[in-house]
Amino acid sequence: MQPTTRETHHAGVHEPHHEELGFWRKYVFSTDHKVIGMQYGFTALLFLLVGFGLMLMMRWQIAYPGQPLPVIGPLLHSILGDAASPVLDANGALRGYSITADLYNALGAMHGTIMVFLAIVPLAFAAFGNFVVPLQIGAPDMAFPRVNMASYHAYVIGGVIMFTSFFIPGGAAQAGWTSYSPLATQIPTNGQTFWIIGMVFLITSSLLGAVNFIATIIQLRAPGMTWMRLPFFVWAQFVTAFLLLLAFPPLEAAAVMQLMDKLAHTSFFLPTGLAAGGAIANVSGGGSPLLWQHLFWFLGHPEVYVLILPAMGIVAEVIANNTRKPLWGYKSLVYSVLAIGFLSFIVWAHHMYLTGMGTKISTFFQTTTMIISIPSVIILSCLFISLWGGSIRFNTPMLFALGFLPMFGIGGLTGLPLGLNYSDIHLHDTYYVIAHFHYVVAPGTIFGLMAGIYFWYPKITGRLMNEFWGKVHFWLSLIFMNLVFQPMFAQGMAGMLRRMSDGGANYSLAKVGQDAIGGLTDSIMHWNITISHAAAALGLAQIPFIINFFWSMKHGKIVTSDNPWEATTLDWQTPTPPPHGNFAAAPHAYRGPYDYSLPGEPKDFTPQNQPA
Amino acid sequence: MIRDLLGLPVLASEHGEKVDNLIIYMHWLMIVLFVGWVAYFLYVIWRFRKSRHPKADHTGARGHTSTWIEGLVALVEMVLLFGLAIPWWAQLVDKPPSENESLVLRVVAQQFGWNVRYPGLDRVFAKQDIKLVNSTNKFGVVASDAPGKDDFGDFNSIRVPVNKPVIIHLTSMDVIHSFKVIALRVCQDAIPGLSIPVWFKAKTPGRYQINCAQLCGNGHAQMAQGFITIDSQEEFDKWYAQQSKGGGATATTFE
Repeated sequence: MQPTTRETHHAGVHEPHHEELGFWRKYVFSTDHKVIGMQYGFTALLFLLVGFGLMLMMRWQIAYPGQPLPVIGPLLHSILGDAASPVLDANGALRGYSITADLYNALGAMHGTIMVFLAIVPLAFAAFGNFVVPLQIGAPDMAFPRVNMASYHAYVIGGVIMFTSFFIPGGAAQAGWTSYSPLATQIPTNGQTFWIIGMVFLITSSLLGAVNFIATIIQLRAPGMTWMRLPFFVWAQFVTAFLLLLAFPPLEAAAVMQLMDKLAHTSFFLPTGLAAGGAIANVSGGGSPLLWQHLFWFLGHPEVYVLILPAMGIVAEVIANNTRKPLWGYKSLVYSVLAIGFLSFIVWAHHMYLTGMGTKISTFFQTTTMIISIPSVIILSCLFISLWGGSIRFNTPMLFALGFLPMFGIGGLTGLPLGLNYSDIHLHDTYYVIAHFHYVVAPGTIFGLMAGIYFWYPKITGRLMNEFWGKVHFWLSLIFMNLVFQPMFAQGMAGMLRRMSDGGANYSLAKVGQDAIGGLTDSIMHWNITISHAAAALGLAQIPFIINFFWSMKHGKIVTSDNPWEATTLDWQTPTPPPHGNFAAAPHAYRGPYDYSLPGEPKDFTPQNQPA
Repeated sequence: MIRDLLGLPVLASEHGEKVDNLIIYMHWLMIVLFVGWVAYFLYVIWRFRKSRHPKADHTGARGHTSTWIEGLVALVEMVLLFGLAIPWWAQLVDKPPSENESLVLRVVAQQFGWNVRYPGLDRVFAKQDIKLVNSTNKFGVVASDAPGKDDFGDFNSIRVPVNKPVIIHLTSMDVIHSFKVIALRVCQDAIPGLSIPVWFKAKTPGRYQINCAQLCGNGHAQMAQGFITIDSQEEFDKWYAQQSKGGGATATTFE
């Protein structure tokens, strides 16, 4: 039962499958949940960086519309052609290359798609889920190791298709990550076709992952690991898996229908009488653009919870560990996450309040939207109250977990005025919406994920990441995240609309004349520049993280114990790093997940596998 | 005070007052909750930091204060929902003013601008047929239809009178746009294949910007040339009669 240390493991203690695997089987076609978790982690972090880079290009165009893009302008032109169009000075000399509206829309659509489907979901659900869930429930691996491998490969294929679409003639999809018809089918380039096919692979990947997690959590829990002894992170992943399993198939069907609209001239989402450029479009008609929106958001809203629940799970683990006390209201947390899972399927049409919705339908969706805020508030409250009475250690994972709480609070609260259709009339499609959901996903989810990376890094590598640079990373990220997103609330409230390839310049008073009521003032427009600079600084603030991440693999402080954070859950009662098959001896759970500071115990933590 | 603090823009319509009020009430709730959370949060991480509180308490917080607070939050939300948001929305969409006492317009959105059509002095629109839609006849007007003789239209310029209900039947000929006039607190998606009514009563004359609030293609940011002018009733009547005499217009040139 005693975990072996790193050294004894290397001396070759018990390993279930001892034959040496070749490079391909070990790193590319691996069926080990930990390797697949790391594959997902690396790939998703890479896409996170790509998605961030796309956003930086957009922010340049928003702050300085039409100005030549510095540094990478010529490169962009040589790869993408006139999508990065030449900018000439008064004498006709070339000043550089700027981002066209087509390219801006492609960057926007792909920023959303990549961040949601290729970065956050794979990192939060697949990477952390794969590495941590089997360890926490005391399983030797996932239930279906080969399905797990197939899931990762489908993800990579989907990612390659998405990324490749930038380089095809006409470039990537331009109709937003929501791909509303008829726009998505009307744009003549092939970017949307690539987007749909890429999505089919990504959806397939998520579905394979989801069934695997559900089967694993139901079937492979160690003896004694009852439902109410599961760490909260496992509960969060369990609900997330159900969301993916039930919400994605409608979008997969819808995506294929949209593909048919585009390639085979069907009209699932195209009405009769559609005209483009003045002539009736050659479509059979009879379809409904609203049908696409319903099918998209039927996925889209549960997807929001797919983005946030795993991060909440990580934050809960880190908080319990670093307050040295149990989570407060464990049962409330579990019931709330189940309630969110259920309710998230019946709130989707709050994204569609202004499509001409009548009172009955909007009453239903407003009511469910307000109700779903209650379990969210309960989860946040439980996490806040968990701090009470603790002995709080402020290490890097804990800083990110603590940072998550008020940031997610802002993101959640600002959803309220968007959740009622009467106040949404004004805020709909403005930067207020952008600020709202980015607070949930960026300083919310991403802070949670960062907490997770710093927290489980020593289990994965046997070395700790550098604390000083970790703290630098946290504080700079916190400052610049807020400098980026806080001003967007002001811009949105003033009426600045989203998805403008010139950052709203055409709607500014400077452009339309001072008598135009509703035009954007200079001070509102000026935030564009401040935000873009803050975004660039946020990028620089990630450099300490990237260096720390790689440097620590070889040079980080070696952990002296298998359980460096003195944690209670089973993921820390394994050798470091855990071998194939995970546990030196099959574990047994004897107690709840957070027996910290039990009265009468000599140590302030009692692992789950320690008999009562 | 809170209006300025939130930065709500100029307001010029009757129902817009309620939109703003709901936003303000919601933000009071948000501010109270957030300030409460942060005050608690800062106190707790100070009081229970390891150096000050080396031994954690296994049980932690006792009592049910949080349950009461959550109940209170839920109650406030339900009051805002059932007391304000739902009845106001019902009033807005279920009880529009009658067409007899309103100015009725038809607006067709296109990439990238707004076509408007007025029924003329007889207040009857000509028949429309979707098969007739083309670059000069964007409403698909049946030219021979008698009530259409005094209909007239315009592109990117809408004129309406102050203090009178205006009903716009809104649709789009190509992709989804969204008709948004910030100062009037009006926002309605224009969806091909559907004609959706939206109405408002303007309170202040002026020249108001029309925004497109839905990504509609590479000219989305350039769709900023649309304006809605609120005139006094007299000025509007004069202009309307004059245009009506000219009549017979289908639409201006296609952009």
